[in-house]
Amino acid sequence: MSALLEVEDLVVTFGGRSAAVRGASFRVEKGETHCLVGESGCGKSVTALSIMNLLARGGQRSAKRMSFAGTDLLSLSDREMARLRGNRISMIFQEPMTSLNPAFTVGSQMAEVLTRHKGGTRAAALERSVELMGRVGITAPEMRLGQFPHQLSGGLRQRVMIAMALMCDPQLLVADEPTTALDVTVQAQILRLLATLKRELGLAILLITHDLGIVARVADRVSVMYAGEVVERAPTAELFRSPQHPYTRGLLSCVPVPGRVQRDRPLGSIPGVVPAIGPGFAGCAFRSRCSQADATCEHEIPRRQAGGTHDYLCRLAPQVSEPQPA
Amino acid sequence: MTSAIEVRNLRCEFRVNGGWFAAEKRVIAVDDVTFRVPAGSVLGIVGESGCGKSTLARLILGLLKPTAGTVLVDGKRLFDLDRKARARLIQPVFQDPFASLNPRHRIKDIVALPLTAQGTFSRAEIERRVAQILERVGLSAAMGERMPAQLSGGQRQRAAIARALVLEPRIVICDEPTSALDVSVQAQILNLLADLRRDLGLTYLFISHNLAVVEHVASEVAVMYLGRIVERNETDALFRAPGHPYTQALLQSVLTPEPGRGVPDIGLGDAMPDPSNIPPGCRFNPRCRIAVERCRTVAPSPMARPPQGMVECHLA
Repeated sequence: MSALLEVEDLVVTFGGRSAAVRGASFRVEKGETHCLVGESGCGKSVTALSIMNLLARGGQRSAKRMSFAGTDLLSLSDREMARLRGNRISMIFQEPMTSLNPAFTVGSQMAEVLTRHKGGTRAAALERSVELMGRVGITAPEMRLGQFPHQLSGGLRQRVMIAMALMCDPQLLVADEPTTALDVTVQAQILRLLATLKRELGLAILLITHDLGIVARVADRVSVMYAGEVVERAPTAELFRSPQHPYTRGLLSCVPVPGRVQRDRPLGSIPGVVPAIGPGFAGCAFRSRCSQADATCEHEIPRRQAGGTHDYLCRLAPQVSEPQPA
Repeated sequence: MTSAIEVRNLRCEFRVNGGWFAAEKRVIAVDDVTFRVPAGSVLGIVGESGCGKSTLARLILGLLKPTAGTVLVDGKRLFDLDRKARARLIQPVFQDPFASLNPRHRIKDIVALPLTAQGTFSRAEIERRVAQILERVGLSAAMGERMPAQLSGGQRQRAAIARALVLEPRIVICDEPTSALDVSVQAQILNLLADLRRDLGLTYLFISHNLAVVEHVASEVAVMYLGRIVERNETDALFRAPGHPYTQALLQSVLTPEPGRGVPDIGLGDAMPDPSNIPPGCRFNPRCRIAVERCRTVAPSPMARPPQGMVECHLA
C-alpha cells in the first residue's frame, strides 16, 4: 500500500545559493504521527512549507517524488494546490497570533475555510465552527465566534487554529512547532488534543519539532534532520532505544531528564556548530563535530539499515544498544 | 553569614490603562514575596508566563522600584548603592542574546563596556581583563573582533555571559538564559554556567520555565504563581515530593524523552491566570482539581515543609 505522503529526495534552494534541504526522504502513513526533529536551520520547517508549496519568494523545490494520496504534488498548478490546501492538507504554525487575521472575528475566519472549499451557507459553516470548537475543548464556543484573536489566550488561539484546520476533514495535518510558544502546562493540553484527534478522526500528523520530549511522547515514527538531510529514520521506540547516527546519539545526551539528574556531572553536548554548506559540499555534514569521523566521511555516505524500517546515514556499522542504566 | 540575596515582603504593582473607555487596572506582578539565597548556591525560579518571575528579576537587579518591601543584595540595600557599585555586585544574563547585544558594536567593546563605565580602569587593564574573560567563556580573540550578527546564538550568549562576569560580580541573575537556544547549545551553556559558578564562587538566581533545566542547575527551587511563591524547597525534595497541586501539575507536564508514556492529563483547565484579576482565597483555586470550599474564600498562609521549605496550600 502506498503511503499518504511520500517525499523522495527533496531539494530546496533559495536563490541558487546553498541548499536548505539536500535530498530529504520520508513517508507518512495514513493515521500516523510522524515527527521531523532537528535543530534550528536543519531544514525541517522549509521541508513542511515546500510540501504545502508555501515557500518564500525565491525558494525552489525539486524532488524525485512528492505525492499525497496518489496525487503528484509537484505537477499541481497553483490553483489546484490552493484547492488542496486547508482542505485535504491543513497546516498550523508556531505562533497562532501571527497566523490569525487580527481584523476579523474567529467565527468569520473559521467559516470562510468551509464556504471557500465546500460551498454551502455561512450559517451552516458557523454551525460547523461551533461543533469543532467544542471538539477541540474550547468552552462557550458560541461566544468565541464573535471574539477577535487578541481577546483569546495563546492556548485558546492555538485551539482555534486547530479547529480551523479541521473544518474540511483533512487527511493530513502539518503542524510546525505548534506548542513552542506556549507554557508547558498548555503544551501538554494541546498535545493531548492532537493525539485524541488523530485517534478519533484517523488523522495523519506531520509534526515538526525541536523537542525530543514531544517526539518521544507523541510520535509513531521519527525522521531526524541535520543540515538539510534526514540522517536517521526509525519507529519512535526503536530510535530512543538504539539510536545509530552520532548526531542522534549526541542530541539525546544533551537533554536533561528529570529524576535522572546528576547535578555535578556536566550534560552531554555536541561540540562546534553546524558547518556552512556551500555548493559542491560532499560527504557527511556532521563530520566536523563527530568524534568518530575519519577520511572516508568526506565521500558519499551510504544509507545503512539497522532493522526493518530503521535506517541512517553514516559509514559506521549498526551497533547493538547497550542496556541503559536505570 | 549574610545571604547573597535577601528579599522581604516584596511587592510590585503596575497601573495599566484598560483601553479607551475602560477603567484603569491594577496589576499585582509580585505579591509579598520573601526568600533568601545563601552565598554560593543556585535558586531556581519556575512558573508560567505572566507569573511575575521576570519582574522579580528586575526588582532584584534594581531596574524596577518595588511598591513595598526590601531587597538586600550581599547585605546591602540596592537603593543605597550608586549604579557603579551595584554593577560590581550583581549582573544579569537575559534570554535573548540577539536583543541584549548592541548590533553595531564589536563583541570585545560590548564585553568591555561595564569596565569602561566604571571609569577606574586603564586601557591596558581593560584589554587584559576582556581577553581573559573571553577565553574563560570559550570565545577566541578573533571572535572579539566580530559584530554580534556574525556570531551564532550560543556564541552570543557566551558573549553576554562574558559581559556579565567581566566586573567579577558575586551574583548573577540568569533570566531564561537558554530558552532561545537549541538543545545541543543549551547543554554547552548550562555546562559553562556550572563551571563558572564552581570556579568563581558565584551565586545564581536562575529563572526558567523549563523544569528539567532547573532541576539540573538549582540547589533550591521556588515555584511562582500569580506573583507569589507558592512552594519552595531543596531541589531534590521538591521534585521527589511536590506539595502544591500547581507544582505537581508543572512536574507532570514535563515531557521526558521516554517513548510510550503518552502525554499526561494534568487537568488544569482553561482558566488562565490573570494578574489584574486575582481570585479570592487561594489564587490557584480556579484551576485546582482538589480545591474545597475553604480554598475559594481563605487565602492559605505559608506552612513549613521538610527539610527546609514552605508551601502555601490548605491541603498540602
